[in-house]
Amino acid sequence: MDNLIYFDHAATTPTDPAVVEAMQRWFTTDFGNPATLYNLGLTANQAMETSRAEIAGLLGAEPDEIYFTSGGTESDNWAIKGVADAHEKKGRHLITSTIEHHAVLDTMEYLEKKGFEVTRVRVDSGGLVDPDDVRKAIRPDTILISIMHANNEVGTIEPISAIGEIAREAGVIFHTDAVQTVGKLPVNVDDLNVDILSLSGHKFYGPKGVGATYLRKRVRVTPLMHGGGQERRRRAGTQNVPGIVGLAKALQLATDRMAEEAVREQAMRDRLWQGLQESIPDIWLNGHPTERLANSLNFRVEGIEGEAMILCLDMNLIGVSSGSACTTGSLEPSHVLLAMGIPAELAHGSLRLTLGRDNTDIDIAYFLDVFPPVVKRLRDMSPVYNK
Amino acid sequence: MYTDLVMEHFRNPRNMGVIEDADGVGEVGNPTCGDMMRITIKVSDDVLEDVKFQTLGCGAAVATSSMVTELAKGKNLDEAVDITNKQVAEALGGLPPNKMHCSNLAADGLRAAIEDYKERRAKAAHN
Ligand SMILES: Cc1ncc(COP(=O)(O)O)c(C=O)c1O
Ligand code: FES
Repeated sequence: MDNLIYFDHAATTPTDPAVVEAMQRWFTTDFGNPATLYNLGLTANQAMETSRAEIAGLLGAEPDEIYFTSGGTESDNWAIKGVADAHEKKGRHLITSTIEHHAVLDTMEYLEKKGFEVTRVRVDSGGLVDPDDVRKAIRPDTILISIMHANNEVGTIEPISAIGEIAREAGVIFHTDAVQTVGKLPVNVDDLNVDILSLSGHKFYGPKGVGATYLRKRVRVTPLMHGGGQERRRRAGTQNVPGIVGLAKALQLATDRMAEEAVREQAMRDRLWQGLQESIPDIWLNGHPTERLANSLNFRVEGIEGEAMILCLDMNLIGVSSGSACTTGSLEPSHVLLAMGIPAELAHGSLRLTLGRDNTDIDIAYFLDVFPPVVKRLRDMSPVYNK
Repeated sequence: MYTDLVMEHFRNPRNMGVIEDADGVGEVGNPTCGDMMRITIKVSDDVLEDVKFQTLGCGAAVATSSMVTELAKGKNLDEAVDITNKQVAEALGGLPPNKMHCSNLAADGLRAAIEDYKERRAKAAHN
């Protein structure tokens, strides 16, 4: 897919060639099981522990607070089910928001079926959680607050540090899904006041199927995986050593270029939005005007439908999403846009563009060439747009 | 996800637009996903002389709209009302399971336009 212009970096990113290079030898020559005691295994173990220390350092954590997982979904599941199981004697109430990723929302629903109670705090029209709403939702039996760091559909960045302070005062464990921010924003677990944090490699030019959980010392969670006692008995299963090496390398590289890349992507994104507003009537921004990831642009186009736009753009070799990639194929409009008060028919007509390292000004110019005629064609076809 | 034929109809929809002096208009919405279709028809001697559509919807909705106009054009009304959603989907070489409901839009829209035409004619006969 060499010619594809890719504007879907919130869905996944291409693995950095330097990351692939760093991973290579841990598949082939140095393939040992890190739990074994001969040299081959010890070498693998050493690489893994070096990676753990690097990741810990980049997040402001201790190495033994980092646990490797299979990615964002597992880390989210583990945080929520693990806390629920370990603390249900204290209480059976959890707090989250209406705009979480399904890895959080569906896990919460699962717990509800098992008799837990869940409060979902609302968001405003920009997708922001009000920390005061979280404060008001806390009860004596609340055992977990889980609020995402930045939303994957609209890019809104939540006031995690303030929510964390409230959680700490109340003595409630605080988890954040930082899958969309690690590698894009500075993430320091102490500054953010979090007890548990989920991250995933493939969102920052690392490999798919590998991630990590930051778990603050002395926070109790029941393991999801039982077995061989790996990860200090908290996550059984032979570790994905090549993936873990790649994860650390990717986070290092992303951190190195974070500031510069954010400025570059935001400038491109803002030019893109400016250009779209100038060439297409009746389009509106979804998400917060300022508290937003630098690479994210989500907007709604009156009178047309998202999938039709995606298909037309795909014919022009442009890759974008309508809402979250995980929800294409379902018919429901995005729960995030609905939670922000956007009417269903406009939510259906929303498009998400998320920029990344591979994008250039040429891509922006190409999109601005291709997209307005697509909108015109679909609006001509539409029975509800007659302007 | 879609057959080549679905994509071909999406790319080059047949009979897209509005017949200004239509004899019948059918407007249907899809409650499942909030999509909309409008079909306008021109009838002479009980035969569908012209059929045009406008659709707000996904690729399957556009392709089935386009296909139903092709299937209906030139047919007499009694044949045309019998066109089923299944026939439309089959004529397109099939639809993904979660998109089968989109074909409802097309056949229902055509039927609504024919109903409208018949009502208008009945009213005209009364006057
Ligand atoms: C906010 C958020 N949480 C969790 C996930 C799931 O992560 P993974 O794909 O690594 O399971 C994603 C990615 O789709 C995400 O965007
Ligand atoms: S018409 Fe709505 S999904 Fe196809």
